[in-house]
Amino acid sequence: MVWKLFNSGHCAECTECDPGHGGNVDPGQGDYVVALAGNPNTGKSTVFNALTGMNQHTGNWPGKTVTRAEGRYTYQDSLYKLIDLPGTYSLLSASTDEEIARDFILFGKPHCTVVVTDATALQRNLNLALQVFEITPRVVVCVNLMDEARRKGLKIDIHRLSEDLGVPVVATAARRKEGLVDLQNAIAEVAQQQRKAKPYTSPAPLAIQKALDELVPMIQSMAPGLPNARWVAYRLLEGDIHVRQAVQSDTLGKQLQYHHVTVNRGGNR
Amino acid sequence: MNRSLDLENQPSPESSDSGSSQVLLERVDQLRQGLSGRFHDEVVQTLYDDARRIADRSVRHQGPERFHLGEHMDKLITHPILGLPIMGVLLAIVFWLTVTGANIPSAIIAGALMQDGGIAAPLEQYMGITSPAWMSVSLYQLLHNVMAWAGSPLWLTGLSLDGVYLSLAWVISVMLPPMMIFFPMFTLLEDLGYLPRVAFNLDWMFKKAGAHGKQALTMSMGFGCNAAGVIACRVIDSPREKLVAILTNNFVPCNGRFPTLIMIATLFVATRFPPAWSSVAAAGTVVAVVLLGVMITLLVSGALTRTALKGEPSAFTLELPPYRRPAFLQVIYTSIIDRTIFVLARACWVAAPAGALIWILGNVNLEGQSLAAYGIRWLDPMGQVMGLDGVILLAYLIAIPANEIVVPVMLMLYMQHNRMIELENQAMSNILLEHGWSMLTAICLMLFCLLHNPCGTTIWTIWRETRSRRWTIFATLMPLVLGIIACTAVATIARFF
Repeated sequence: MVWKLFNSGHCAECTECDPGHGGNVDPGQGDYVVALAGNPNTGKSTVFNALTGMNQHTGNWPGKTVTRAEGRYTYQDSLYKLIDLPGTYSLLSASTDEEIARDFILFGKPHCTVVVTDATALQRNLNLALQVFEITPRVVVCVNLMDEARRKGLKIDIHRLSEDLGVPVVATAARRKEGLVDLQNAIAEVAQQQRKAKPYTSPAPLAIQKALDELVPMIQSMAPGLPNARWVAYRLLEGDIHVRQAVQSDTLGKQLQYHHVTVNRGGNR
Repeated sequence: MNRSLDLENQPSPESSDSGSSQVLLERVDQLRQGLSGRFHDEVVQTLYDDARRIADRSVRHQGPERFHLGEHMDKLITHPILGLPIMGVLLAIVFWLTVTGANIPSAIIAGALMQDGGIAAPLEQYMGITSPAWMSVSLYQLLHNVMAWAGSPLWLTGLSLDGVYLSLAWVISVMLPPMMIFFPMFTLLEDLGYLPRVAFNLDWMFKKAGAHGKQALTMSMGFGCNAAGVIACRVIDSPREKLVAILTNNFVPCNGRFPTLIMIATLFVATRFPPAWSSVAAAGTVVAVVLLGVMITLLVSGALTRTALKGEPSAFTLELPPYRRPAFLQVIYTSIIDRTIFVLARACWVAAPAGALIWILGNVNLEGQSLAAYGIRWLDPMGQVMGLDGVILLAYLIAIPANEIVVPVMLMLYMQHNRMIELENQAMSNILLEHGWSMLTAICLMLFCLLHNPCGTTIWTIWRETRSRRWTIFATLMPLVLGIIACTAVATIARFF
């Protein structure tokens, strides 16, 4: 099953959306909701398949996952619902894919977001990870394609990377089913908040820092406990319409309202 | 912006937050005035610097720098001049392997399921193996005997065996072997990372046509299945360019149509060449048809973007993914389970009722003539003008739900009276010749195979993706009209000389 979801305020390019007709999907069907984010072509779908035992078609090209896939798995008696987001290079600008991925992490409030990265192009992939950190601290970084990295003679110090990033980092080679248990374990720890993560945040340029210092307390008093006040402030300064609407409608602190669900079977091979 | 949604999201006056959110947004607007326009770039730069620093701290190169085969391969494969011929040759190799590899298994399956002589005949012919006598009976003959023994009435035997069973047997023996060869090879190329490079090579042509560069990708997906290709058009952000891609996806032949092309190429083109060259000629013909399809895609895209769907092409960057060693087992699994069985099952679902329909059409008589004969006679004038005949057009009508069954249906219609259960190339070609086929028929049929209405699933998918009745009807009729025009033109010119 493949489904579309949008936050309540905005339907980006959804032509079939009827606001009054909200087929609500309950994300709580599983115990925990886990989102898979990552650059295109890092093997997200392979990780997805390896975790869920499903056979979503994987193809070696960017933009292969045009519709989100959803699957589930059980780990230590808990049910995890996994959402495969479209691959994106950033969450900054406004392509549809980036909007979908960002909105899900922002409004869907998954219990854990796994950023799948390509071990052979870590630097570029970390750009996205750092951006995800700004939105949610509940992140696991999965360094995938370790088999290829080994072949290319790359050695990656996972421990140091985890220390620098401030979140759990797991090395995997999903195609060979390596590191999957470690990944599931890390996801469980983050989702169940057994471990307080302190993700690395890039310092803002001075002029912006001043503005942020002023705005962040205002936002925090409006939505106590919001994990990403700094990011919200920054996006407001950028003039982000979605975030502005969310502030106006007071939905920032609330769970995403799912509405409009498209079920799409077959033909998607 | 949807008004009702905006109203829904208005903060209620009682809300204690509405005041503070107003204050917040006003303050944001004030602060924004004071910031330099480049602050976004500065923030992004910081982010990138940090990512680089962190990555550098934990990544070490071990051993000497290795020779990067991928980069050297890319120089060749995406070469501005050599790229396209290399693509053509690769395609030709894939088709050639399919054509040559599918022959023997097709004959063996046909023998097992329906052909007189069972599997003993093809084993003898191709491999020189002599088999015991019981192997020279096909399942069809066996079932016939069983039904006769059970005293089944003639109409029941006819409907179930000569209708439903035979059409299923046809679909399986014509489609299964080529698919088992073609799908894994196609998936291997996809897994390897070749398809984005095809898109890269074709990108500039699509830009010239005023379409989106990613349309090259959605077109490549169309080779697998047009319905999947139409869904893949979601990767294109601009609605205008997405529509162009959806409307033109049907111009590349999908897997359901390749068997038709391959068979016609094998029967009519290959037999004109010496045996050593015949399969090469057949593969070359299929490649030519594919390239024609790509050309038509570009021409129609260009026509659309200059008329009904005018606008500026949007820029995009296509990253070439690294070459990956394909996961062979995974590829074989996906291509056999997900693709082959999926496509075959779909074809069978359509073929079974179609088989019954054909039997009824052929055996229900009205004033001494079968219904099929009426239909064929009615369609024949139009078929003749197009260089085809009534049978071919009727076959395409019956095969609207799934194009895969065109060839089986066509053959069953020809063979209505002496049930055709012979798959051997020369025999098949002779039978078609007896029914008035010529090289012109073969060429026009290949043209029509490329240019006609999309199959039922694709039409339904186009509607789902566009939600527009107008565009769906356009997408259905436009290729059909083009096909009629093209076939008629070719037939007229050919008859003139």
